Amino acid sequence: MHGGVKKKIIKEIKVHVDQCTGCRACELSCAAFHASPRYGSMNPARARIRVFIDERTDLYVPVRATHYTPAECSGRQSYIIGKKEYSQCSFCGASCPSREHFKEPDSGLPLQCDMCEDEPPLSEPMCVQACTFGALTYEETLEKANTGKEEKPEELKIGLESLVNKYGSQRVANNVARMFMSRKG
Amino acid sequence: MRYGETGFNLEMDLSIGSIDRVETDPKLTELFLGGQGTADKILWDRVPAEVEPFSPDNVLIFSSGLLVGTPVPGANRTVVNTFSSQTNLHAHSLLGGYFGAELKHAGYDKIVISGRSSALVYLWINNDKVEIRDAGHLRGMGCQETAEQIKRDLKSEKIQVAAIGPAGENRVNMASIDHSHSSAARGAGSIMGDKRLKAIAIRGTKDLNMARPAELFEMCRNMRKSIADNPYVGDWMATDEDDSFHHNNFSWGNARVRRRDFWSKELEERWRNLKYKYMNRQTSCYNCPKACHNVISFPGKPTFSYKCYGKDTYHMAAFQELDFSYEILGIAQEYGLDSYSTPQVIAFALELYEAGILKDQDFPGMPVSVRERFFYLLEKIVRREGIGDILANGVSLAARQIGHGAEAFDHNTIKRFEQLPIKLGRLNPVYFLMLATGEKMAITQIEGSFPQDPLPTREQREEFVKGWVSAPDEKFKKYFLEWEKRDIISNEASCAICDWNEAMHYLDDATGICGFLSSFRGGQFGGRSAYHIHNMPPLISLATGLEMDETLLWEVFQRNRTLVRALNVRRGMRRMDEKPPEDHWAIRDHDYEQKLLDDYYQFKGWNQDGIPTKETLDKLGLDYVGEDFIRKGILKDHDDASAGKEKKA
Repeated sequence: MHGGVKKKIIKEIKVHVDQCTGCRACELSCAAFHASPRYGSMNPARARIRVFIDERTDLYVPVRATHYTPAECSGRQSYIIGKKEYSQCSFCGASCPSREHFKEPDSGLPLQCDMCEDEPPLSEPMCVQACTFGALTYEETLEKANTGKEEKPEELKIGLESLVNKYGSQRVANNVARMFMSRKG
Repeated sequence: MRYGETGFNLEMDLSIGSIDRVETDPKLTELFLGGQGTADKILWDRVPAEVEPFSPDNVLIFSSGLLVGTPVPGANRTVVNTFSSQTNLHAHSLLGGYFGAELKHAGYDKIVISGRSSALVYLWINNDKVEIRDAGHLRGMGCQETAEQIKRDLKSEKIQVAAIGPAGENRVNMASIDHSHSSAARGAGSIMGDKRLKAIAIRGTKDLNMARPAELFEMCRNMRKSIADNPYVGDWMATDEDDSFHHNNFSWGNARVRRRDFWSKELEERWRNLKYKYMNRQTSCYNCPKACHNVISFPGKPTFSYKCYGKDTYHMAAFQELDFSYEILGIAQEYGLDSYSTPQVIAFALELYEAGILKDQDFPGMPVSVRERFFYLLEKIVRREGIGDILANGVSLAARQIGHGAEAFDHNTIKRFEQLPIKLGRLNPVYFLMLATGEKMAITQIEGSFPQDPLPTREQREEFVKGWVSAPDEKFKKYFLEWEKRDIISNEASCAICDWNEAMHYLDDATGICGFLSSFRGGQFGGRSAYHIHNMPPLISLATGLEMDETLLWEVFQRNRTLVRALNVRRGMRRMDEKPPEDHWAIRDHDYEQKLLDDYYQFKGWNQDGIPTKETLDKLGLDYVGEDFIRKGILKDHDDASAGKEKKA
């Protein structure tokens, strides 16, 4: 059991909020790229990136859609950066029940950014290509990442023990046997 | 399926509260494209000449341009058309920002509003769900304040709002309709107020389909980058702090005083520091790679934005400096007052006071300093209190109401509309034609494709025309190469140049493309516009599926332009109204100017009273206009035949 650690490409969109002018080219380009057929329709409401704009308080924050969550946050915090106050929501990419963002307008299903995975790969995600102001830039970095095979025996042991403590050894053993059988079968 | 446009208009009669979603005729898109073009057809069909602007029968139309919502960069204009209570003529008004795109995504190309509500209301368009809602709680609120309140009420920050402020509610003729950092001036705000419509709020989440999407997207992706890199488009005054152009050349006060040596490096540095101290950022309109709005938060005042000359109007009218504009603009914009015409009205009033025509009793409690007086009069005008009730009608109408010689102080209006305060020496023949015959009221909405002045040497002119992509054909390059002195240019050239200048504005107003990328940047400032007659046709075809080429597009311009003329002729506009201010140029030659006007009318296919001939109208498919004119005696059959023969191709 060796190897364990591999290098993995981390795709990162850097958001320079001070450069954003609120043109929303990122939104409409994202939506067009993900339309079916590709570019077949325009609709920023389907975008997986969205610029939070509050003209009064001068907030312009592009946020990409990250994950779906069935629950609202238990509380909120706000950030004061420079002299501006940003609600946590201003940076949050979740499709969540408390707001209307990142949901398909027809079905309400969550939208999620896929970094424009495509074959052949794009040089940069569409939103970054559309941003002429430098508010969105793209970087790829190589990072060490777990491959799954690198778990140390002690960790497995600790995990199993906690399961046995919680469910009893018989139930754990039965489940392991069932998993084993189904994979074999 | 319709491409590029939705194919539906939203129509409502506020008197009875009816709302209808009406499918539009694709044939009209072919003929007029969209935006102002198709709006004017509705005005022609529905608003007879005798309808007063302040009447439930007047119609107010918000049109999203044909290419708005498509990937075409900088196509984001909403055109607002109606009949103006100031000029009693056609009103042309533009909004940038996000409004037009949101309207299309809600499923409509236009909002067509007639009638008059019995109480103050606002319109809430949420895709297919459209409501007329009580706006009692919004009464008296500023434009941005209204937008914020509506977003709070409807619990969505994604809503786009266009609203009037107290100026519009009180039917002030200089009232604007404001949305985001954009403002629709020149006549629409007072009509919205008369209809008792405080605001329109839109949320749209529908798809907009393109005829040939992949090709269009690819072309636009490249254009977005090239526009971003093109220094000749957008508003370079957003970043170039040298504004000697306006300050040394435009007139101060009530369009009186030129201060040719006003600008200095010291001043520039001081103003630059002021600007960057209080500027939040520069912002863009929807899908535009330029950022023309300077957004300023001045201590204790509402946040505001300006572009280009918009920052100069108040302090130049008051003989102050930039800090005065920063002090007053936030308040004036929240009131929903146009920052081009309003300062002139105030300067006019103060001049009448100096001259003793208006007296102390007209200004009870007026402060002493000019800065405070501007604020004082702003309040009076917005609330139509005392003398403000007269001034709120604009310079031209107010001068006639005031009388006692006030008329002589109305020296900077055309067709009752306040012009940019420009007073020059020698006549520029093209500008004479544009100012005289223009029907968009502000010269900025007419000029832009051909340079304002000749370049001094042949070499410079040759260099200029080399990369002049915007020129429709070689003859314009020839005109420019041969043009040495401002006032010496052939009538033939003047007519063609005026026509081209107009053409690009009319096409922008049909497609929704911003003038800063197109009509205003064709040659006047650089000659490298992003959009021109050569690349508009393929974009229109790819987006809409319409067959389009340069010839057809030029015909659309002629049709749309002629229809505006027809609307105004039907309301009584004639040759005698086509007069730039007497003192616009110091040196005038009446006979020459009138010959030039003769030639231009003929070039346009209009008779010698400025009325389109039957033949011209027929050729453009506007035969119903000609028939109406003959029925009303505006055109006579025999006049028409002779005018037709004189007409050039």
